[in-house]
Amino acid sequence: MAPRVGVVVFPGTNCELDAIYALEYFGAEAVTLFHADESIQGVDAVILPGGFAHGDYLRTGAIAQFSPVMESLGKFAQDGGPVVGICNGFQILCESGLLPGALQKNAGLKFLCKSVTLRVETSATPLTNKANVGDLLEIPINHFEGNYTCSAETLSALRDQDRVVVRYLENPNGSIDSIAGICNEARNVVGLMPHPERAIESVLGSSDGAVMLQSIVASAVSGPTATSAASRG
Amino acid sequence: MARYEARIEITHLPGILDPQGVTVERALPSLGYTNVSRVRVGKSIRLEVTAPDEATARSQVVEMCERLLANTVIEAFEIHLAEFAG
Repeated sequence: MAPRVGVVVFPGTNCELDAIYALEYFGAEAVTLFHADESIQGVDAVILPGGFAHGDYLRTGAIAQFSPVMESLGKFAQDGGPVVGICNGFQILCESGLLPGALQKNAGLKFLCKSVTLRVETSATPLTNKANVGDLLEIPINHFEGNYTCSAETLSALRDQDRVVVRYLENPNGSIDSIAGICNEARNVVGLMPHPERAIESVLGSSDGAVMLQSIVASAVSGPTATSAASRG
Repeated sequence: MARYEARIEITHLPGILDPQGVTVERALPSLGYTNVSRVRVGKSIRLEVTAPDEATARSQVVEMCERLLANTVIEAFEIHLAEFAG
């Protein structure tokens, strides 16, 4: 049976169809989860796609954390379920406290919409389990508030625990330590600003995002990781 | 019970980029205001709260700021509270 991957849709989400297409392309069953749903319908993994959830009112991602679906998503994440937040999804994960730090406006006050090169820094996450450390991936970014920042303590924890998942080869937005994506301590929750789901076929300009989508589908097959179970204990 | 108006001012923490402030600071000299520095652009939120006393109202507004109105990773907040007369 195909692994079932939930794609959460808030009012203002606009990348869900790309995510669904990419998941189905790699053999998963995509399950649309609406913000007002209380259940995540027993899915094996969840993607929070990009967009402008709840209009990004107050701050990007700030209101989405109170959506009913986020409560069951939080429990799923706590139990080690794989969760990947892309772009606005990353901002939502930070605002809801599932990931540390915050995303501030890009240095230079420019909306950035271009292709960047990412370096894979760890393969022990649901986003990178099919990739190798050191892989260089060409993936598009599309954001105004993608400048990752966090406290000095958080940054050293991220580095010491190998929780920086991907870095920009050339920092486009001022992110601290060129961070493009991170994971939580249990390694099952990942957030990144770039859009791998928009780079899965060469016709889209790059197919380097394929390995990330394949990783997500693979994590849905294998279920909660052993590392997450150990760190919960 | 008394009614209080809270004026909440949210600013970027020191070290956090304030691109709007920087842009405004660059714009003002072109109008002849060459003596301006340290421009910062933040948010102002006003709300009314009903509470038995000012201390309760204040602690609730602090809680609202910490839980929703501000992101304390990147923002600082300042609360001004005033009781409605009559």
